[in-house]
Formats: sequence, C-alpha cells, structure tokens
Amino acid sequence: MTCLPAHTNKKLGLVIDLDTCVGCQACVTACKEWNTGGHMAPLTDIDPYGGHVDGVWFNRVHSYEHITEMGGRTVNFPRSCLHCETPACVTVCPTGASYKRASDGIVLIDEDKCIGCKLCSWACPYGAREFDTDVGVMKKCTLCVDRIYNDNLAEEDRVPACVAACPTSARHFGDLGDPLSAVSQLVAERGGVDLMPELGYRPTNKYLPPRAHTQRAASVPATALEPVRAEGGFLGWVDRMLSN
Amino acid sequence: MHPAFSVVFFTTATGAGYGLLALLGLLGGFQVIPPDFWLGLIGLGLALGLIAAGLLSSTGHLGRPERAWRAFSQWRSSWLSREGVSSVITFIPAGLFGIGWVLFGRMDGWIAVTGFLAAVGAVITVCTTGMIYASLKPIAQWHSRYTLPGYLIFSAMTGSVLLNALLQGFALGSKLLVAAAVLVTGLGWGWKLATWRHNDHLEMPATANSATGLAGGTVRTLEWPHTEENYLLKEMGFRIARKHRVRLRQITQLLAFGLPVLLLIAAFALPWPFAAVLSALAAVAQFAGMLVERWLFFAVAKHTVMLYYGR
Repeated sequence: MTCLPAHTNKKLGLVIDLDTCVGCQACVTACKEWNTGGHMAPLTDIDPYGGHVDGVWFNRVHSYEHITEMGGRTVNFPRSCLHCETPACVTVCPTGASYKRASDGIVLIDEDKCIGCKLCSWACPYGAREFDTDVGVMKKCTLCVDRIYNDNLAEEDRVPACVAACPTSARHFGDLGDPLSAVSQLVAERGGVDLMPELGYRPTNKYLPPRAHTQRAASVPATALEPVRAEGGFLGWVDRMLSN
Repeated sequence: MHPAFSVVFFTTATGAGYGLLALLGLLGGFQVIPPDFWLGLIGLGLALGLIAAGLLSSTGHLGRPERAWRAFSQWRSSWLSREGVSSVITFIPAGLFGIGWVLFGRMDGWIAVTGFLAAVGAVITVCTTGMIYASLKPIAQWHSRYTLPGYLIFSAMTGSVLLNALLQGFALGSKLLVAAAVLVTGLGWGWKLATWRHNDHLEMPATANSATGLAGGTVRTLEWPHTEENYLLKEMGFRIARKHRVRLRQITQLLAFGLPVLLLIAAFALPWPFAAVLSALAAVAQFAGMLVERWLFFAVAKHTVMLYYGR
C-alpha cells in the first residue's frame, strides 16, 4: 500500500557529519559494491568503460564551497535517501511498488511491482531515486536492509555499507525515533538539521553542520619559497643540458 | 523537467478528447445536437480515439509497460492511479452513450444519462491529470494554483474548438458555437499569459542553504559527484527549452491561440463550406500549438534536486 503508516515502531536512519566528511568517496563505492549484489540488485552501469558513463548509485558525494563572513570552507556532502516520515515518493506511486515499512520506517521499492513511470523521482526533492534504464524500474537506497538484520554477519557489521566503510566516522546509523539512542543524542548535541525542511517531507536522516570556525588555532606561516637561481659550473651545465 | 514526447502527446490528446467527449455528452444529453449516425460515429470515435491514443502513448513512457495494469490499485493515495481508474471507468458510460447514439439512433432516457455520466467522468479524469502535476511540491511551476484550472480550461478549449470543427463539417454548426470557441480560446490565452507571468517571478521552494543544511552565507557547487550526465540531470535538469523559452512562447501563442481566434472569427463571418474548412484548420493549428505549450510546461519546470548541482 502506498498510504503511509500512521506510526513506525522505529525510525532507522543515518546521521551524517559534514564536519568530518573528507569526501573520500569510500561510502559511495562501498554502497555500490554491496547493493549491486543486494536487495535492489543490479545497480546497472551503462557504458562503464566508454565516453558516456551512466549508472545507478544510491549515494553520491557533492563538494560545496560555503562562504560566510567567517571565511570560506569546503564542505563534502553525501546525498542519499533520507527515509522521510512523509515521503511523497511513496504516496504518488500508482502501483504499490513504493512503500514505507511500519516496523522501522525504511522506504523501499518492490521491484516486481514497479512499472517505471518515474513519478516517484519527480516527487522526491532530494534526487534520492534513480531510474535503471536497463531493467526499466526505479531504484533507491534500502538502508542496507539486507545487512542490518543479517544474522550471517558479525554484529558490528550489521550497519549500512556506507557507515561501515567511512574512515572518519562521519556516518552514523541508528534509531532516530528513540531520543535515548546514540544517534539521537548526537543530533541533539551537535544541532543536527533536516534538509529542505520547508517542503515538509520530514526527513529521518539528519545532517550535522560543520563546527564553528575557531580563532584558537596557532598561526603557522610557512617560510616563503625562494626562486631557484641558475647554477653555474659543471652542475649548471648538466642542468641546462638536461632541461633542453 | 525532461519533456518525454509520450507524456506531452498524452496530456494534449486526452485533454482534447475528454473536452470533446464532455461536450458531446452534454449537448447530446440535452438533445441540442441530432442523433445522427455519422456524427455520432465520427464525433465519439474522434473523442475516444484521442483518449485511447493518449493513454496508449503514455504507456510508452513506462519502463515496464506490461505491468501497467498495476497502476489501477493505489487510488487511495496516488493521483496517477486515480487518473488511470477514472479514465477507464469513463469508458463505460461513454461506450453506452455511443451504443445508444450510433446503434439505436437515440439520445433520450437512459442514453442521455450515460451522456451526462461520460461528461462527469471526463471532467474528473482531467482533474486527476492536473493534480498529478499540481501535487508535486519540488516543482514550483507545477505546484501552483494555475495548474489544475489550466488543465480544465485547455481541455474545454481544445474540446470546443474540435466540436465546432466537427459540427461545421456536418453543416450543423452555429454562430453561437463559433463564438463560444473563440471565447474559450481567449480565456485559455489569458490563463496561459497569467501563468507565465506568475512563473517568471517564481523561485525554488528551497535554497542551496536549506538543501545542504549549511546555514547563512552562500553555498557554491565546487565539484559534482560524477563527470557525465546521470539520470537526475537528464530527467530533472533538462535545459534546452529554457534557452528558447521566448521563441517557444511566441510559437505557442501563435498556433494555440492567435491563429485559431483569427480563423474562427473568419469562420463566424463566412458561409459554409468556408466556415467548415476554417474551423478544421483552427482545430489542427490549436492542437499543434498545445503540443508546444505542453512541451514548454515540462521543459521550463525546475526541480529542487538541481539545487544540489548548482543549476
């Protein structure tokens, strides 16, 4: 059913720290690697070695320059499904392929029911859904539903692939419906925010803004580089000969 | 937004088809037009043909058209599903109306009732089509109070211009109908101009700041996650028509509104068969113009996901 559940027992989601993300793309490749064999497999690549590479990714990392009166900084920004509480991508679905789970709030697609009308991708303001032209159905992040409940994995591995891969611990996974969970407390402590709150989709995932600029850091100017003077003598001759 | 031709043709053809069906159902039900065999066959054939061709065309947009039947299931939440359901249900009274008119040569009693029901179904279906677009919050040009009335007005406009051409073709036309077609076309023209004026002042419903959660200052795109165009850029980042927006608006105004008004005024003044030829030309020009209008409707619509790409 594409009607939304009135209540979800849990609100599983991600908390992404824009302060520590270094834009290494490890989460992107880990996501692709896991999910191309997972619940929504395959994550088709079109012309992967050609001049017009295209394909389905659930997670993409943008880079922005954020300029304020305090100065400018580079912010790496991972973008994936936010598993919203009121996801219009689900309610617009005409076939019942899109659904939000009452048990944990994860938004999923039943690939066997999807007719590939693409309306859900129009309804998502965040660009979380990508159409697989090869299979003819829409695909999206599953929050690694085939990892987080997977008894075959060691307990510490039962997190989304992107979270497991992050080398700077910029990605956190947990129940955002439980105010006592580690992720909820992190959001409260760091002032986590919703993306595009004005559209009213009520995203579950939260983003931690970069920490404020600090004046405490020591100023360590590097010594200025000196121009290299042309060497004389034998070495100078070798340098000139080799430079030609 | 990428203007898929299958969807552009679908909304234009079904708009005209449902407009014509509603008018035939109403005028037939009130017995304003005679239950002539050929008029019924060609008139209802044209209306239902346009609707069927549009619906078939829309399945060309699907990745898995063989599963299209599943789209009738989620009418509780989805305007697209409601559109599918109401379009199919409307075929029932429309078909019965056609049987009564064409086979029995009658338009009274229960046949009139089916005509009215077909008109109601047609209006509801056009409303559901409009709401598919009007309900999409990420696209300000669609999520606007101009969208739903626009779909209804353009359906009435193309339907009445078609009806006028049809009746003129059977030498059953009236000055009143020509005048009505001119008036509705004028209304459509005014509505489109007002919509464009409204859209020209629209901003995205969100900002690069709120999209990234970075408060204050400016957020400038430094690097995209990918070097080639992906699905999002192809589907939501279509920009060709924005470049030619002024020229395409002129073409729309000429073909969909200006030329039909001139041709219909000439048809008003001239006797049959000149009036019939001019009425047919007006309908053809308007249909072509509405295809351009609908293409623009898609192509100039901006989606919030482009905030992430700085476009």
